[in-house]
Amino acid sequence: MEKFTRLTTVAAPLPQENIDTDQIIPARFLKTIQRTGLGKHLFADQRYDEQGNEKPDFVLNKPAYRKAGILITLDNLGCGSSREHAPWALQDFGIRCVIAPSIADIFHSNCFKNGLLPIRLPLDICETLMDDARQGENARLTVDLEKQQIIRPDGETIPFDVDPFWRHNLLEGLDNISQTLLREGEIEQFEQRANRAWIPSTEGENS
Amino acid sequence: MHKPSSPRTLYDKIWDDHVVLTLEDGTCLLYIDRHLLHEVTSPQAFEGLRAAGRPVRRPGATFAVADHNVPTSDRSLPIKDQQSRLQIETLERNVEEFGVPYFPLLSRKQGIAHVVGPEQGISLPGMTIVCGDSHTSTHGALGSLAFGIGTSEVEHVLATQTLLQKRAKNMLVRVEGQIGPGVTAKDIMLAIIGRTGTAGGTGYVIEYAGSAVRALDMAGRMTLCNMSIEAGARAGMVAPDETTFAYVKGRPYAPKGEAFEQAVAYWRSLRSDDGAHYDKEVVLDAAEIKPSLTWGTSPEDVMAIDGLVPSPDETTDPAKAERIRRTLSYMGLEAGQKLAGTPVDAVFIGSCTNSRIEDLRAAAAIVQNRKVVPSVRAMVVPGSGLVRQQAEAEGLDKIFRDAGFEWREAGCSMCLGMNPDKLETQQRCASTSNRNFEGRQGPQGRTHLCSPSMAAAAAVTGTLCDVRELMEGAR
Ligand code: SF4
Repeated sequence: MEKFTRLTTVAAPLPQENIDTDQIIPARFLKTIQRTGLGKHLFADQRYDEQGNEKPDFVLNKPAYRKAGILITLDNLGCGSSREHAPWALQDFGIRCVIAPSIADIFHSNCFKNGLLPIRLPLDICETLMDDARQGENARLTVDLEKQQIIRPDGETIPFDVDPFWRHNLLEGLDNISQTLLREGEIEQFEQRANRAWIPSTEGENS
Repeated sequence: MHKPSSPRTLYDKIWDDHVVLTLEDGTCLLYIDRHLLHEVTSPQAFEGLRAAGRPVRRPGATFAVADHNVPTSDRSLPIKDQQSRLQIETLERNVEEFGVPYFPLLSRKQGIAHVVGPEQGISLPGMTIVCGDSHTSTHGALGSLAFGIGTSEVEHVLATQTLLQKRAKNMLVRVEGQIGPGVTAKDIMLAIIGRTGTAGGTGYVIEYAGSAVRALDMAGRMTLCNMSIEAGARAGMVAPDETTFAYVKGRPYAPKGEAFEQAVAYWRSLRSDDGAHYDKEVVLDAAEIKPSLTWGTSPEDVMAIDGLVPSPDETTDPAKAERIRRTLSYMGLEAGQKLAGTPVDAVFIGSCTNSRIEDLRAAAAIVQNRKVVPSVRAMVVPGSGLVRQQAEAEGLDKIFRDAGFEWREAGCSMCLGMNPDKLETQQRCASTSNRNFEGRQGPQGRTHLCSPSMAAAAAVTGTLCDVRELMEGAR
C-alpha cells in the first residue's frame, strides 16, 4: 500500500450530504475485474451530461479543482454500497484525503485500505475548510498525518483524530495480510477450539 | 467496554466468541465462519491472492454465487454484455482455481447471495458472516454477526479467514405491539430509518427486539436486518429463537442430528442478558406504523402513504431546504403533494430485501384477479431459483403472468441496474428494493421504496396507492 505522510494540495468543496457510493461511482462502471482506471468514472452522473460531455459547473470540472487531492463534503459521506471501487475511483482521480463531519463505516475502512486518509471533523470546522477550499487553486491545505493536523492556507492548524492502528499502517504503508499471516499460529489454535465442532463445511451438502 | 462478568448483548457474545487476539489499541483479529463471494467485488481480491501466491485458507468456509450481473431473462442465451460475461467467467475461473464451492448460473439453487445463504443453511445463528456486499447484514436475522466488507477485506478473509475489526457500539431498536393490516416488515424498517436517519446507526450494530419483531417470520426479520445498512449500521441482528431453529432445521448445509442439537444448545445462549448495556435505544409503537414508502432519494425520506411530501418551507435550515428542493426536482414531485394517486411507469418486486417466497405470496394476494395497468412495466424477480420453483409450485407465477407481470430468473436485476433491467430516464418505479439513490435503478430513474404488497397495489392501479384500499376488511 502507498504510504501517506504529508500532503499539500488543492481541496475540492462538494457541499452535499449523504453522498452515497453509487454517486461516487455508479454501478454500471463496476463491471471491471481491475482496480485501476476508474478515475474517469468518478462522480460520473454529476460530472458528465447524457452525451458524456463534462458539466462545467461540477466542482471537479472547474479549472481550479481538476488536480484536487482532497475532497470536503457534508454529513454521511460514502453511505450505501460497500463497493471499494469508490475509493479506487477517488484514488485514481488523485484524491488522497476526504474530509466530512461523518463518514459511513464501510467506506471509511475501505479508504484506509487504499492509502486514502478519511478525516471526520465537526461540521463547523468542515465548513471553515470548505470556505478555504472555495478560494481555489492557490488555497492549498496541508494534511500532516504524523502530527495529526491540517494546516489552513493562512497557517492556522486544526488537529484531527485518527485511529492509531490505521495511522501506523498508513505512515508505514503496511500490507495487512502479511501482518495477519504472522499470527497464523493463533488462528490455528482458534480453529481447533472444541465449541466450534458444530460448524459444517460448505464443501458438499451436510446430509 | 464491558467486563467479562457483566451482562452482555447478543452482539457482545458473538464478538467475544470470535476474537482470535486483541492488539494493544483494542483492534481485534476476528475469526470469520462464513465468507460469501459474488462476481462484482471479488475479482480484484483473487487477483491479489494470485499475485502473492497465496491460497484460499478455508474453501470449506467460503461460498460463491453470481448475482449482480446475471441476466434474469432466458439463461440459455449467451450473456450479451461483454463485461458482465467477463465478470461471471472470471468468478467461475477463480472458484475453480481456488477450490471454492459455487452454485453455477444454471443451477436452480443460484440466486442473490443474501437469499441463498440462509435458504441453504450456509448462514447459521452464532456465526460471523461476511461478504463483499453491504447487505450482508441480512444474515443477522438468523442471530449471526453479518456485515459487508470491501474488496481488500475480501482478500484478507480469503487469505487468513480473519478480519481486523474494532468493536462497534450497541444499539437496540425495540418495536412493541402489533402491526395493522397491510403493514409489513418493510414498513417497520422504513419507519425505523425515517426515525434514525441514514447516518443514525453509523458506528453501531443494531439489535432488533420487541414483540413485533418476535412475531415476524424469518423472511420479515431478514427484511429488517437487510436494511440496517440504510440506517447507517454495518450489521443488524435478531436473537435466535424457536422461529429461527425451526427455519434452520433440515436446510442442506445446516448441522444434522446430534450436531444440530449441540448447536441449538449454544444458540439458545445467544440472547442478550438482562441489564445488558446499549449505547442507544429506539422504541417504536407497531400500531402507529402505516403502509409507507419513500418520496426522495435517500432511504430516510420516508412517509406514510396517506401523508404529504415535505416542503422546503418546513425547515429553517437552508441546507436542508436546498436538499428538499433538489430532491423534489429530481423526483418530479411538488412540495406538499400527496403521493397516493401519482402514476408509476414501473414496478419491481425483487432484491435481497423482498424476494423470498413470503414476499411473493404477499404480492400475489393483491394481484390475484386483477390486471397490471397496461402503461406499467411490472416485473417479479425471485431471489433464488428455489424461490422461483416454490412459487411456481404454488401457482404464484400464473397469478403474476396472467395479470401482466414479467416472471423472471433470479438475480439482483433492477435493484441496481447492472444487468439490462433498468429504468429509463425519469421513469417512476415502485420498488421493493432497498436504495432509492439518484440513478440507482438507471440514470435519472425515480425510485419509491415500499413493501411487496404496496408495489403490487401500484402495479394494478397504475399509481402509488394505499394497499389497504385493495384489501378486504383492512379499512
Ligand atoms: S439485490 Fe440489490 S441490494 Fe441486494 S445484493 Fe443485489 S444489488 Fe445488492
